[in-house]
Amino acid sequence: MTQGAKDPQRVNYRAVPDESGHFGPYGGKFVPETLMPALEELEEAYLQARSDPDFLAELAYLQRTYVGRPTPITYARRLSEHLGGAQIYLKREDLAHTGAHKINNALGQALLMKRKMGKTRIVAETGAGQHGVATATAAALLGIECVVYMGTVDMARQEPNVFRMRLLGTEVRGVDSGSRTLKDAINEAIRDWVTNVRTTHYLLGSALGPHPYPAMVRDFQSVIGQEALQQMLDSQDGPGRLPDVIVACVGGGSNAIGIFHPFLEYEQVRLIGVEAGGLGIESGQHAARFADPKLGRLGVLQGTKSYVLQDEDGQIALTHSISAGLDYASVGPEHAWLRDLGRSEYTYCTDEQAMAGFKALCELEGIIPALESAHAIGHVLKLAPQMDKDQIILVNLSGRGDKDLGTVMKELK
Amino acid sequence: MSGVERIRTVFEKTRREGRAAFMPYHAMGYPNREQTLAIVKALAESGADLFEIGIPHSDPLADGPTIQTATYTALTQGTTVADCLAMVRELRAAGVTQPFCAMTYFNPLFAYGVERFVEDGVQAGIDGLIVPDLPPEEAEEVEAACRRAGLATIYLLAPTSTEARIRLVAQHATGFIYLVSVTGITGERAELPPDLADFVRRVRQHTDLPLAVGFGISNGQQAAAVARLADGVIVGSALVKAAGSPDGVDAVRRLATELAAGAAHPA
Repeated sequence: MTQGAKDPQRVNYRAVPDESGHFGPYGGKFVPETLMPALEELEEAYLQARSDPDFLAELAYLQRTYVGRPTPITYARRLSEHLGGAQIYLKREDLAHTGAHKINNALGQALLMKRKMGKTRIVAETGAGQHGVATATAAALLGIECVVYMGTVDMARQEPNVFRMRLLGTEVRGVDSGSRTLKDAINEAIRDWVTNVRTTHYLLGSALGPHPYPAMVRDFQSVIGQEALQQMLDSQDGPGRLPDVIVACVGGGSNAIGIFHPFLEYEQVRLIGVEAGGLGIESGQHAARFADPKLGRLGVLQGTKSYVLQDEDGQIALTHSISAGLDYASVGPEHAWLRDLGRSEYTYCTDEQAMAGFKALCELEGIIPALESAHAIGHVLKLAPQMDKDQIILVNLSGRGDKDLGTVMKELK
Repeated sequence: MSGVERIRTVFEKTRREGRAAFMPYHAMGYPNREQTLAIVKALAESGADLFEIGIPHSDPLADGPTIQTATYTALTQGTTVADCLAMVRELRAAGVTQPFCAMTYFNPLFAYGVERFVEDGVQAGIDGLIVPDLPPEEAEEVEAACRRAGLATIYLLAPTSTEARIRLVAQHATGFIYLVSVTGITGERAELPPDLADFVRRVRQHTDLPLAVGFGISNGQQAAAVARLADGVIVGSALVKAAGSPDGVDAVRRLATELAAGAAHPA
């Protein structure tokens, strides 16, 4: 096959989700009745916006002039030389305004709400704080009232981001139930939404939850892959050809689906998602939904059917990761579908391997990655040496690590 | 008699008697197994017409803090789906005859196995199923299994429900329809919403099924006000809170008597 050509024989990846919001057996809408009309309204607004040139032009303008898109790709020369295998490129979402890919989706949804839905208030949840900061930013920019729910465990490990959200005029509400992390923050955000649904939009932060969120968030994040595709084919800034492998970390999976999606038809490009292996799969303390056959099974959590870490009785398992942003018991439904098709593969890095990735990128490239992204780099440390020097890996560097310095300081003591 | 028929019989009786059915909820396994059995029996003796049997889930996103804390307590004591069915069997053996509707979230049901749950549930003495995060659009398998076993599939409607959704739910529901009185989660509220009568009327236009109202009802006066509008009065959080008090069983008995009297005298 010639470089850059699409294989027309294969699955139509654009045909999902179907009209009922399913990706094969995954996805759907599993929410209380109170929210069903809100989801229908959101879907209608989104479908309209997707083909509205004015909306798309305004979003593109803000991405260019406010977010700083396109974000560049960077050739990681020293890391590549150090590992002695494949050539490594980084898609620099850490250089987007607010320091992570989360702003792409936050701005998209906030603009959708402002222009198409007539609501006045946003609720959101956040784990690592990146989505919270992005949402608070979009709310400030567009003049929208905003409340962000955050587990108190996460508030402690992401203190600077809590402060940042408050500076931006957002109210941060601590959640003290359950594991006090992302899952519980999502429950509280949904409860707020159920209560205030007539005035409030729930700005969900990843490619999960009930339909249309997985599709909508994917589409807002696909800008990453669209840019990366062009940049890789460009022979000045990029290698002038498609990568052999794309690696991205997977919590809910929005940065991964964002970079994967425009590459799906290019079947020669391997797509690898890296989950949080925490203290190791055997320990049970991790967030690797696909890697643990004992705890990771098909189930329904927070509106969508996908792989879910759970006990035999269907109770959701507590998760662990050094990275608050990956510490979630379920995964976006499209990832589960792509995995079944064999189009994408999933592996994991432990906390320790992610820390190795973190240090390598700091010391060899002068880039402090988010601990989420460090999981992707952690996998590259294993993968690149097994590959040939003329092969190419593209890593989605989903965010920068300033927010994680507290955690890292403790870890390195 | 099937579960659907047993539920129908209850509403035929209460309609004949010119009152609403009193429908208490209890979180199974709370505050512990032994007390659960005593509380459900006390409710049965205090005028309960039909029960909602809460099977705990770790992430009950339609529930407020009272029920969330209760179900969390039940889970930390190791309450499983199978335990809940075993408690239902014991209650039947102890002479509790009112219909039981299992109320749980989809994942525990799915993990247990929909078909298996329905079979074991019927054997234990379950008559209907309420799954707040399972709208009719996703419920094909559950409905098919329930139809085969004669279990009622009870759906919720909310004040935000559109006419189209009311029609959809009315087509799929059996037993009764659960009207959520407010846009919100379960929990006591000082006042009933002023648009409740309109909401009930809107749903009534589309179905002859009994309509039961829940969420936010906590005293006899509110129960009487709801009884004027609907066929059933569902009370959860207030009773669960009473169950957790130091004299739990007696407190439940007192409140249930007040609520049943309210439901019996529409105001």
